[in-house]
Order: sequence, then structure tokens, then C-alpha cells
Amino acid sequence: MVTKRKIDPFFWIAVFSTCTVVIFILFPLTEMVLQPSAQDLKDSIYDPDVLRSIGLSIYTSGMAALISFLIGTPFAYLLARKNFFGKKLVESIIDLPIMIPHPVVGIAILGLAGKNHWLGQFMQQVGIQIMGTVTGIVTVLTFVGLPFYVNTVKAGFEAIPVRLENISRSLGASLSETFLRVTFRLAWRSMLVGIIMCSARAISEFGAVVIVAYHPMIAPVMIYERFTAYGIKYSQPVAVWLIGVSLVLFLLLRICSLPKENQT
Amino acid sequence: MIEIKDLFIKFPGFALEDINLSIQDGEFFMLLGPTGAGKTLIIEAIAGIVPITGGRILVKGKEITRLTPEQRGTGIVYQDYALFPHLSVLKNITYGLRYHRTNPNTSKKRVTWLMEQLGLQPLVQRSIHNLSGGEKQRIALARALAVNPSVLLLDEPLSALDPNFREDIRDLLKKLHQEVETTFLMVTHDFAEAMFLGERMAVLNDGKIDQIGPVHEVFHKPATPFVAKFMGIKNVFHASFRNKKARVNNLELHLQSPPGENKCYVAIRPEDIIISKNGASGNDINSFQGKVMGITDRGLYFEVSAGTGNVIFRVMLSKNDFFKLELQKNKDIHISIRSSAIHVF
Repeated sequence: MVTKRKIDPFFWIAVFSTCTVVIFILFPLTEMVLQPSAQDLKDSIYDPDVLRSIGLSIYTSGMAALISFLIGTPFAYLLARKNFFGKKLVESIIDLPIMIPHPVVGIAILGLAGKNHWLGQFMQQVGIQIMGTVTGIVTVLTFVGLPFYVNTVKAGFEAIPVRLENISRSLGASLSETFLRVTFRLAWRSMLVGIIMCSARAISEFGAVVIVAYHPMIAPVMIYERFTAYGIKYSQPVAVWLIGVSLVLFLLLRICSLPKENQT
Repeated sequence: MIEIKDLFIKFPGFALEDINLSIQDGEFFMLLGPTGAGKTLIIEAIAGIVPITGGRILVKGKEITRLTPEQRGTGIVYQDYALFPHLSVLKNITYGLRYHRTNPNTSKKRVTWLMEQLGLQPLVQRSIHNLSGGEKQRIALARALAVNPSVLLLDEPLSALDPNFREDIRDLLKKLHQEVETTFLMVTHDFAEAMFLGERMAVLNDGKIDQIGPVHEVFHKPATPFVAKFMGIKNVFHASFRNKKARVNNLELHLQSPPGENKCYVAIRPEDIIISKNGASGNDINSFQGKVMGITDRGLYFEVSAGTGNVIFRVMLSKNDFFKLELQKNKDIHISIRSSAIHVF
């Protein structure tokens, strides 16, 4: 006799919640992408201001990711490998930018760069300006993106057995040679994922940037401006292009970071 | 020579204390102990991987306590092989060569020789994925020995292998040790491995060394109940002594010679106790009437608990003997123990 398998109600709850989440995320986005007409999209991509803003968004987020890579990698390695007094504190500090309201980040950085602060005065002397410059945008984006890079890469380093490094050292390689010949070779995928996470976070930043540099305009600021000045219809095409371009870039990076079939 | 003096390593909840070892050049030294006794810690301290709290480590008279791992010239082979997954077999083996200033011809010869000895030539260009455990461990050995270290540290190199590979690698280790000048220091929890490979051994118990000596001496003359049990001696009893006699509970055992001062225990290997139907007699034989208390089938042999008075002996019996004696629970039997088989400590 075949007994019918009873399906637990929890299964249906899970199916329902999955559908809700997917629709909740995808419905507004697809609607927004589908609403602008082809003509609107074409017009906006020929608009040099739009092109410039999207280009600037990608450039500044890329720079933020590059800086995170350079200064975040050794830091993530330290967090993954060493135990030291106050490590938990340092780990919470790196998470701070994730929870601080975005405009507050902008205000904090602007507070340092102003004339009333010694750092601002010093920067003025050497010719670095934060307010209303690309430098300012990159600074802000690095601030908000860095935790995502560090946390991702730290997990990547932790996944590499420390024994491999021990063996390398015992064979005569110094700490830095070991890092280059073993650790880096095994962790580059997680660094790439970290770069994706960091620049994804950076490209979506608005609140902090709008305080530090309304001009030059990055795409989210331009979308906001078009919305306030001309209404929803004019902001949508720019948003669609920003989403499209970022999607393609992230997809490419993701493909690079996928492991080959014969490797595990 | 490797000398470890008053090594002290403290971790939260565990400490390795008073470790003093001196290992001769070219010796095959075994470090024996149960899981969690701190064996790996000693090896990693010698390699410079774990920071030590106190003590000194000298190799060939040179203090290496404060040197970085790459300055020490110690090779390591781990239980899980720890091969570089992104490198081919050959690149794994030759990884360390560039850091050692030897004539390229000499090192090439050495690598070729090692690969011959370890049967690795057919694998040279392969990636290390999809190799068997035995192959991986042979690569790990070749990699460590390629740079001609003064000491090879082996951390349970046989434990993760299938039984058939285990014997291969065990024999290889013995052969390699005879052919190279390197000192071998191997950690294991298996006394049979230690007996087969080692010349001397140290038994580690909860962060302290219980006994150091030639393997056969430790095997036959353990110094503490812990070492005795670790060496597979299942009969260890508290005893009191008078003249050439030992008393365990109410049982009197004749010894071969007077026990000497400060002895508290007797130990008898389970394979040294004889069970028979009619008993044996003789000057140097202790013989008792007893009963079979329990029988356990251990696969290759039977373990029989045989009781006399209030003492229970654990006896190892071959399957053949077991069936000949037609043993069953509560059967009356004779237990005989040669006085020379009784170890007093």
C-alpha cells in the first residue's frame, strides 16, 4: 500500500514567504524598468549629463573599491589570523559605517574637512578639497564601502587553512612571500567578491554624498534632482540605465570570481 | 641534536610544562600521547609556529627560540597533507627550493631522487586534486625533504590514511629515514607505529612528559600507570611488596627479583597471561584457579576477563586457543603468569 507523504504546514509557510520576498523586491524594480518608453531611454542616454553622472558613479565606486582593496586587505588578514587585545572592539568599529545614518557620515566627514578643523586647514594647505569634489565623493564612498570589503575578505582568509601558511614558512618563505605565493593566490576570489560588495554599496550611496558633494553629480544625486525638479517620469530612465550598467559590471565580476569546475 | 629545555607554553585552559627533550642527530624520535596531550604543540613550537611562554629550543647547538619559522630549517608534514591546492605536484615539491642557496644541480638531483624513492614520477605534472591520501602524503614528504631540513617534524602522518596506504607510508618513512641524514620527530597516538619506526620515544600525558626512553624499554617497562595503559597493558594493579612477593588485594604473586624501593604497581601484558584447563606448574610460574567472567570478540583475537579471588585479569587469546579451550562464561579455568612477565614500578 502506498501511503501518501504528509506535507508539513511549515513547508507552505516557507513557500508563501519566499514568494512574498521575491515579489516585494522584484515587482517595484521591474515596474520601474518597464515603465519608461524606449524613446525616453534613448533620449536620456544621449544626454551628456546623464552619461557623465553614470560614468562618475562607476568611477568613484571603483576608486572606493580600489582603496578598500589596498588598505583593507592587510587589515582583513590581520583580523582573520591574529588574536589581540581589543580585537572585538576593532571588529565593531569596522561595522560602524554600516549602521550610522548616511547623512551623518557626510556631516562627520565634512566636519573634518572644514576650515575650523586642523585637518581641514592642513588639507587646504596641501590643496586637497573635500567639499564638492570627486575626492570628497570617493572619501565618502570608501567610508561606507570599506566594511563590506573587509568583512568579505576576512571570511575568505579565514577559510584558508593556516597550515598552508605554516608549511610555506617552514620551507623558507617569509611572511610576505607566503602571503603572495599562497594566501593571495587562494583568496583572490574572495577579494573580487569583496570588491563587488564594496562597489555595490558605494554605487548605491546617496545620503552621504549629497551632503559632501551635490556637484559633481553622481547618478543617484542626478536621479534625485530630476525627481524633485521634473517628477518621476524624468528620473526613471536615468535609474534604469544606472541599474543596467551596474548589473552588467557586477555580473562580469561575479563570473570571474566563480571557481572553475575542476577546482574546489 | 635538538634540545628542548624547560619548554613552557600556556594557553587558556591548557598548559605544556617542563618539557625537556634531547634528540640525537639522525634519530627517529617518537612523541606519543593521547589527543589533547599537547604533542602537536611541541612540534609547532620547534617549527616556530606557536609562540612559547618560556624555555629554549636549540638545534645543533644553535638557539632557535626567537627565530622566525623560515629561519629554522625545520620541515613539517601534517596529518591532512596541507598541500598547496593551487599548485601542481611538481610545484608543490619544489616550492621551497628558491629559498635555499644550493647548487641548482644538487637540488634537482635531490628532488629527482626523492621522487624516485617515493614513486612520484608518474604524477609530476598532475594537479593535486583527485589524488589518493597515500599519494598526497608522499608529495608532502617530498616537499618537506626537498629543502634538506635539519629536522623533519611529522604530525600524525599516518592517521588520516586508509589502512593499506598506512603500511606503505610507514615503510617508506622507515626507508627514507635510513637514507637521509635528517632527524625525524614524529607525533603519534599509536604505540604500534612508535614501536615499528622509533628508536626512542617520549610519552606525553596532559601537557607533561611521563617517560622518555628507548621504545622497547618504554613498551616493556612503563614508569607510570598511564604509560602502562597507553602501551596496551591492560592489567595494572596497586600492589604492596614483601621480599620477592607482590600482593594485589588477596592475591600473592611471585616476582623474578626483589622489587626495590618505592614501587607501588604491578603491570602484566594481556598476552602474557595464560589460560589453561589443567594449570601449569613450575618454580617461576604463578598459577591460580579462576573463572571466566566475560568474553569480548575483538576481531583478530578474543579478550577474556578471568577472575580469581577479587582480582580480574584481562587476557588476550588467539581465536585458535580460544576455541581449543572451549571457553564460556563462568567456566572454571587456570590462570598462569610467569614471574618474569610481571613488571613492577
